[in-house]
Amino acid sequence: MIAAIITAVAVGLAGPTVGSYLVQRKMSLLGDGIGHVALTGVALGTIAGAALNLSNANALAVPGAMIVSLAGALIVDQMQSRGRVAADVALALMFYGGAAAGVVLFEISGGDHETFEAALFGSLSDVSPGIAILTSLGAVAVIALAFGFRRILFAATHDPEFALASGIPVRGLTMALSAAAAIVITLAMQAVGLVLVGGLMIVPVAIAQLHAGSFARTMLRACLYGGAVALVGAILTVRWDIESGGLIVVASVLLYATVATIAARKAKSATGLAGA
Amino acid sequence: MARSRSDGAFDNDYHLDKDRSMHSSALSASGISVRYGETVALRDLSIDVPMGQTSAILGANGSGKSTLVRAMLGLVKPQSGSIQVFGEDVASRTAPLERLGYVPQRTTAQGGLAASAGEVVEAGLLSRVTRFLPPDGRARARAALATMGLADRYDFPVGGLSGGQQQRVLIARALVREPDLLIMDEPLAGVDADNQAVVAEVVRAAHERGAAVVLVLHEAGPLASLLQRAIVLDRGCVTHDGAPPAAVGVHAMPGHDHLHPHGDTTADLSDLQRGVL
Repeated sequence: MIAAIITAVAVGLAGPTVGSYLVQRKMSLLGDGIGHVALTGVALGTIAGAALNLSNANALAVPGAMIVSLAGALIVDQMQSRGRVAADVALALMFYGGAAAGVVLFEISGGDHETFEAALFGSLSDVSPGIAILTSLGAVAVIALAFGFRRILFAATHDPEFALASGIPVRGLTMALSAAAAIVITLAMQAVGLVLVGGLMIVPVAIAQLHAGSFARTMLRACLYGGAVALVGAILTVRWDIESGGLIVVASVLLYATVATIAARKAKSATGLAGA
Repeated sequence: MARSRSDGAFDNDYHLDKDRSMHSSALSASGISVRYGETVALRDLSIDVPMGQTSAILGANGSGKSTLVRAMLGLVKPQSGSIQVFGEDVASRTAPLERLGYVPQRTTAQGGLAASAGEVVEAGLLSRVTRFLPPDGRARARAALATMGLADRYDFPVGGLSGGQQQRVLIARALVREPDLLIMDEPLAGVDADNQAVVAEVVRAAHERGAAVVLVLHEAGPLASLLQRAIVLDRGCVTHDGAPPAAVGVHAMPGHDHLHPHGDTTADLSDLQRGVL
């Protein structure tokens, strides 16, 4: 139970930090695209595990997801920067190609449906202490990089043209961000599942931007919101033994609705005062 | 190297190094040609901008002004020829791009999230060589915003500012690094009289500091008296390079004696004024 909660909170805190940069780049759906591609990786990992006669055929599912999603993220980044394909078309190719290849490969591998479902929707109750530690270390690294390199990452994503004219290596930085997104998504696979992982990365950012006037504050608050909804979702999941991903993302959407309502009321009363 | 700034003014406390003397070249383009497919944007163009000179690049829409600016910044790679900034190829890994201050016509930001004015200006301190905010970065950003009359807007989201204030944030972002070459793209376009006066003051202060200033202009307007040189482009070629049209104002400029205008100074200025200015 502790392992499950630690895993959920770790990805809840790390997801929105990378998510902030994705929203900044207007690529908030990249997480979902990578999530779909990761499915292909899970299937490939399962096939490889079976081929190598591993005792646990699913042992390579996570490494497979990591490798394929990293490759997918970098390919989309490359397609986009070449400018030959519109960003949304590149993402669409990734979505459909990744999901379809994943489904086909699963059929070929004859893998069990539980693995497939766990990858899609998460299964916090199956998280081992080893996975919890690995996920926490990964999350700490992502959060440290996201905040530590905040200034230059902000410069590169806020105004890439000005950044380029200052000699800032914009391409390298955006590729690093895409790679970080792929890592976070693979880490979050067990907690929220690949279908909803994008929600964990983006919805807390959407909540934070309702009431933050700077990028730094948005990212910090998004990080805290993500950790909070993941904690609540994980506790409820363990308590009632239901799919974790759904609960965590539902919790964050409910939080968005609450904060949006409060923000709207505040704005209304502020204009009311100004009018008086 | 840390400079303390108690007030916001970019005053005369900034001394140029010996190697940044008035006569060395800030920017030099030699024989550059830029084509977009079939369209030729710049045709074998050569100009040299010395330190300390304030010059305007004038021309009608489509004359190649924007392409020239983008090439100067290394954002467009010419098919032939080369551009040097402070003696180094702009495309090289060692080009001192941190000595350039660029003010785009309007924000080129694509950010999907709110950014405060302070954050945007502080981003101006970063470059290839400075990847983290210097310890005095916040103070310098506040000072630059104060110079632009935005002292109380440091924490304010840029998206909530008026158009004129947003442009002043972009100017502050370029000034915060105390550039030796200030490049402003259409600084008067869609700008009210008050903000035009701000732009004129920025140009004057940069010149006094010894920096080279390149202004891309559709018309000189209130900046005419600050110009020491006009480079007129037409269909990607320089058709005039020399004395600015409002030559009377030039004599009022400090540092006028340092000028070495070159190129075809005998161009028909009445033509120039009729056609372009």
